[in-house]
Amino acid sequence: MNSANTPTAQQHGALRAALRQCLGDENLIEDTESQQPFECDALTTYCELPLLVALPATTAQVQAVLRLCHASDVPVVPRGAGTGLCAGAMPHPEGVLLCLSKLDRVLEVNARGRYARVQPGVANQAITRAAQAHGLHYAPDPSSQIACSIGGNVAANSGGVHCLKYGLTVHNLLAMTVLTAEGEELHLGSLGLDSPGYDLMALLTGSEGLLGVVVEITVRLLPTPPHARVLLAGFSNVQAAGDAVGAIIASGITPAGLEMMDSLAIRAAEDFCNAGYPREAEAMLLCEVDGTAEEVEQHIGELTELLAGAGADSLQVSRDEAERALLWKGRKSAFPAVGRLAPDYYCMDGTIPRGQISRVLGEISALSAQYGLPVANVFHAGDGNLHPLILFDAGDPEALRKAEEFGGRILELSVAAGGCITGEHGVGVEKLRKMPTQFSTAELVQLEDIKHAFDPGLNLNPGKGIPILKRCQEYRALPARHGHD
Amino acid sequence: MTETGGADADQTDALVAALHQAHAAQEPLYIEGGGSKRDLLGRNCTAHTLDVSRHRGILDYQPGELVITARAGTPVVELQATLAEQGQMLPSEPPGFGGRATLGGTLATNMSGPARPWRGATRDSTLGVTLINGRGELLNFGGRVMKNVAGYDVSRLQAGALGTLGILCEITLRVVPVPEHSATLMYELPAAQAHARMLEVAAQAAPLSGACWFDGRLYLRLSGAASAVRGTASRWGGELQRDTAAPWASLNEMSHPFFAGDAPLWRLSVNSAAPLDAAESMLIDWGGAQRWLRGDEDADQPRARAGAAGGHACLFRGGDRSTEVRAPLGAPQQHVQQALKRAFDPHGLLNPGRLYSWL
Repeated sequence: MNSANTPTAQQHGALRAALRQCLGDENLIEDTESQQPFECDALTTYCELPLLVALPATTAQVQAVLRLCHASDVPVVPRGAGTGLCAGAMPHPEGVLLCLSKLDRVLEVNARGRYARVQPGVANQAITRAAQAHGLHYAPDPSSQIACSIGGNVAANSGGVHCLKYGLTVHNLLAMTVLTAEGEELHLGSLGLDSPGYDLMALLTGSEGLLGVVVEITVRLLPTPPHARVLLAGFSNVQAAGDAVGAIIASGITPAGLEMMDSLAIRAAEDFCNAGYPREAEAMLLCEVDGTAEEVEQHIGELTELLAGAGADSLQVSRDEAERALLWKGRKSAFPAVGRLAPDYYCMDGTIPRGQISRVLGEISALSAQYGLPVANVFHAGDGNLHPLILFDAGDPEALRKAEEFGGRILELSVAAGGCITGEHGVGVEKLRKMPTQFSTAELVQLEDIKHAFDPGLNLNPGKGIPILKRCQEYRALPARHGHD
Repeated sequence: MTETGGADADQTDALVAALHQAHAAQEPLYIEGGGSKRDLLGRNCTAHTLDVSRHRGILDYQPGELVITARAGTPVVELQATLAEQGQMLPSEPPGFGGRATLGGTLATNMSGPARPWRGATRDSTLGVTLINGRGELLNFGGRVMKNVAGYDVSRLQAGALGTLGILCEITLRVVPVPEHSATLMYELPAAQAHARMLEVAAQAAPLSGACWFDGRLYLRLSGAASAVRGTASRWGGELQRDTAAPWASLNEMSHPFFAGDAPLWRLSVNSAAPLDAAESMLIDWGGAQRWLRGDEDADQPRARAGAAGGHACLFRGGDRSTEVRAPLGAPQQHVQQALKRAFDPHGLLNPGRLYSWL
């Protein structure tokens, strides 16, 4: 039988025609070549081409796409800016990639109520840009904030350098409009600080596009602190730097940010942008405090004393905004800087209790020697959120296999230390096989049941986030395309 | 030992057994800890009472990590006393209700004190839960670390669910250091001016941790570095209160005379900037975002007002509790909420009808 005449091909043809009609030619990408830029997110080792790429320009079009796909039982993979790091937006070969990048309007900035209403394709930093004239800002600031979209931030429950003090995405949302897999509109949250019924907004945040498609978001805006200074402390051993993190957290001061870098990362960042980092140090901390002038001066004084006592060899405090920006530039460009050291790097995201940082970094270092793959560490120390960057060459299949195995060992270490497999990057496709490290079968089944409550057809971002267990697959007689094992 | 008495005990097996028994007998359960919120927030629930107050005790507390894990029946005041010994506290400052409020009930109702707009709700400081679902399975979600995005956020979903999704067994919360210094400032102001002032100060980057108005007085609380609290207090003026805690405790513990008596008590959760309704006698908290009303009015009125103010109203206490006490939800959301309830509790054994008649 000619493939163009199979029942599936006929259905796909009908879907194409219907989507073309509702989106217009310019908002539907059908040819393989033009689909190439959409084949992966920022984790480029996982690639796939979708059946179609839809680029709706209005909420009504998003709803129409969902309804059409629901009627045809076709998978839908939502995508924001494509900056995700877990292949959460990797296309489904038989599905529609639903790109929300054209929904990029800031709908309202309400200075008096201190909130902003935005579409999901708005870049994270654009919200702060829209709010700053009012002395307000949107607090969560992932390193990719220039590019990453707020819709993607909601899907991932993104953090950032300042979430230690100001919370994650889930702490900074007031309301959202969500479309279900069937295209039904749900209005969650309110302009108050809670909502009646179940807190579906908490459940949707970090759900990786498996439960619904977010089409409008109301975020909380916070007053911008008038003063901020960052303190750089260099250490001659990693242990002392790790222990200093614990000491700061226990001291009663909540820094606005507390980041750690090891020697490989320090030198790479320094080569990249000359931030003035101590090249000879084995580890360094960047600790920012913000608030009123009195508060900043008091805390800088206390932290300087604390860090000197914790064995810091060098201490530097930013004297002005330019110096503060430069010190952060090194940290924010650390990933690309490390990226220059090897053809590829693999970024892990395990989170551990802060008191375990020194011990776990020691074990990662031992594993690095064992696998023969260098590791650079650049991470949110104040949250215990590790980001070991494993350097390797993806052109060498054996190196790729080793890097993935090494990464898996780091996640197991994180869970064994009382932590989790992902602090902010998400599970996506990448960490699916590691979910049973953290969850029992009964817990995974409960997570699946939640998925069923929102998306009984299992068409939203299938094959991501939650492993669909074989046992349940048979039990529920799910179509094979949704399985993984 | 605390005011409520009782020794630490692990009742997990007994609670699992009770769930299985309820299933076998097809007899739903009404989950109760200290009973401090029996008449609050929810509808009347006629199911057989399952006493979880004996399942208590702090399981793990590492001050250096700013994390505490305790059994759900642990009284809030016991947690607070343990934390205070280490100079730490629960960020959401939930009420202790005379020692009767438990950790489980606090999460199930998402009760949160005066600093809610600035330090978050109990929901926000929740890091992990262990619960028994309606199938009698003991499940653990979240954890003891600050950031965790593996799987759906089942822990925070329990906040405000009134125990309808599971019997809460263990809860892990993020805690914070007690601020170095606190001060309460008082201003004699009518409601509208007080409200305007609340919005004005909340727009400033200041160590604000409370803003309420009652009895013709605006109270502002500052907490943080001593230098910042003193500096801000001197800039803001007002009358420095000798007893920093009293006004906040009288609201949080609902001991203020405003809360006394049997008249229906309405809680409006709204946009903090929404204009006040001149006609109403109210008490304002959370910088304008939480407003309390008393009176025997038609339920439609507070609901309409709250809706117009971007929020929702709850018949918090009193009135007719056999009808709906929460704001109505649209059909699509009702459908999803019911499906979610079935996902956790397929046989409808856990607090049926407590949150909504249809849940």
